[in-house]
Amino acid sequence: MRKTKSTADQVAGNGLLHRRALLAGGIAVAGAAGVGASLPGAAAEPLAEPDWGLLPGDPVPAYQLPSKFAKNVVRTLANPNFEPRTSQSRTPHHLLDGAITPNGVFFTIVHGGVPEIDPAVHQLVIHGLVKRPLEFTLDTLLRYPMATQAAFVECGGNSAPLFSPKPIQADVQALHGLVSCAEWTGVKLSTLLEETGIDPKARWFIAEGADPPHIMRSVPLAKGLDDAMIALFQNGEPLMPGNGYPMRLLLPGYEGNMNVKYLRRIKLLPEPAMSYYESQVYTAPLPNGKAYQFYFINDVKSFITKPSPGRALREPGLYEISGVAYSGKGRISKVTVSADGGKTWAEAALQGPVLSKAFTRFRMPWRWDGSPATLQSRAYDETGDVQPTRAEFIAARGELASVPPVMGFANHHFNAVVSWAVDSKGEVTHAYA
Amino acid sequence: MRMRNTLLLAAVPAFAIGLASAHAEGPNLGKPISPADIAAWDIDVEPSGAGLPPGSGTAAQGAKVFADNCALCHGDGGRGGVAMGNSGAPAAPAVVDDQKLAGIDERTTTIANYWPYAPPLFDYIRRAMPWTAPRSLTDNEAYALTAYILAENKLIDPAQTIDAQTLPKVRMPNRGGFIPRFPDEMPK
Repeated sequence: MRKTKSTADQVAGNGLLHRRALLAGGIAVAGAAGVGASLPGAAAEPLAEPDWGLLPGDPVPAYQLPSKFAKNVVRTLANPNFEPRTSQSRTPHHLLDGAITPNGVFFTIVHGGVPEIDPAVHQLVIHGLVKRPLEFTLDTLLRYPMATQAAFVECGGNSAPLFSPKPIQADVQALHGLVSCAEWTGVKLSTLLEETGIDPKARWFIAEGADPPHIMRSVPLAKGLDDAMIALFQNGEPLMPGNGYPMRLLLPGYEGNMNVKYLRRIKLLPEPAMSYYESQVYTAPLPNGKAYQFYFINDVKSFITKPSPGRALREPGLYEISGVAYSGKGRISKVTVSADGGKTWAEAALQGPVLSKAFTRFRMPWRWDGSPATLQSRAYDETGDVQPTRAEFIAARGELASVPPVMGFANHHFNAVVSWAVDSKGEVTHAYA
Repeated sequence: MRMRNTLLLAAVPAFAIGLASAHAEGPNLGKPISPADIAAWDIDVEPSGAGLPPGSGTAAQGAKVFADNCALCHGDGGRGGVAMGNSGAPAAPAVVDDQKLAGIDERTTTIANYWPYAPPLFDYIRRAMPWTAPRSLTDNEAYALTAYILAENKLIDPAQTIDAQTLPKVRMPNRGGFIPRFPDEMPK
């Protein structure tokens, strides 16, 4: 922190003090980034009011949507015509800032479309190895003591294109768009399990959704008693339909698919169910012929959102390198940034508050002199885990034999350091370094 | 979160903080549900075979069910490759496939070369398929489809009847092929 501040001080006075002052004050720099237009009217000339200052504006809508000038800040759709298969939508990280993902652009994957669930009919049943099987409605859950927790949710297949033997040229949204972070509010699962009682033989539970695939995942009971939540609110409003309305399981730090949406049933069991998603989909074949199963935790990870592919630098000068870091094990303790492909590193400023199993925004002032550069970020967490370099990761997890489709999922749980190459024109491309 | 926990802990002896609760943490609003009512919800099947319902099916029966309900997306004989719509993306993977697992490429994982247990096949068919009409198959139809897919993959004798007794006994070749990523997270 201190080091970064002194670096920033060295470039003070070149017109970007405002940004650093905000950062030093610990205030989130919010709003759509990358909108370069400045307000019309130079100081020395009479103010020419634009139209929006001369006439009344629009009526206030009941539920507001972003400005039409921010219409590109939307998710990309992998199945826009709704063919009979899974639909993925990816978060535009390169156009966002801060540590919370707005609900409208929170990534969504549904395997059978987005269900329209009537909360007056929906029930959550908890049974199996419990003393008292019980059912709950949304109305009854709303009377329980609530807990609030910020947590990222990451698809196990996020960043899967990086298993490619050659860097796939795509933007942050395409490469890393299947992770988002929200503040969730709901009822701790431990509260409900205290009410049902637990048979001592229980070691696992299955969570099952009410949507067409009735997705089922097996979860260690210990996780359920630790920080699992029946989430009802997402960034303060009821869950979005694509994110589980009216209720979902939240397992902070655990693989996205395990955070079962449209949650209708929890059953305590002595053994895992080995569902389709844990028998095949969310496993990870290894170079030695075995495969990881029960991956659970999303390992420590970071990526730079600006500059990034599609966000070219216009001219030499001072820029802010920024991105998100997160770990499924706890708090981010440090993020280092390199502009020379990993030869030298410096510690980035972490935007507070730094929360466990949530996005941490990092920032690093950078003066670009117009020569080629390779930007990398590397995250560390409070448990001592370090984001692996690409070489370290590939040595352990392997690499595909050929370039896969960018939207495909040829393996899971990629968390290595990512490189953006800046050329002398300021164009940014994906590179392996 | 930390504050919440602190409050809850503080509330354990006292029942304070305005929560009119006879319970340490919750207001005890869960409604008891009878075993008969649970039965309708209780569709999960475990590798042991626990949860498998009465009924049975054979590969011959399954061939017809497959042609009528599954081949549209999974292809004739379950061999995949059917693109739906204009994207060219396959609607569904092959379910009958003799390819070998190639390195770390999950796209080469199949039921035959990868799945550790057979009962989850029945579980998934019954809970999620067919894509356009999940939960529409009878248990006998789900058993028949399970038998058909296992037989076409040469994992069982084509004449074998699949039911709650025989399905858990089907030996899947890759059962020993997995290791947990985080052993410390696995229940003891």
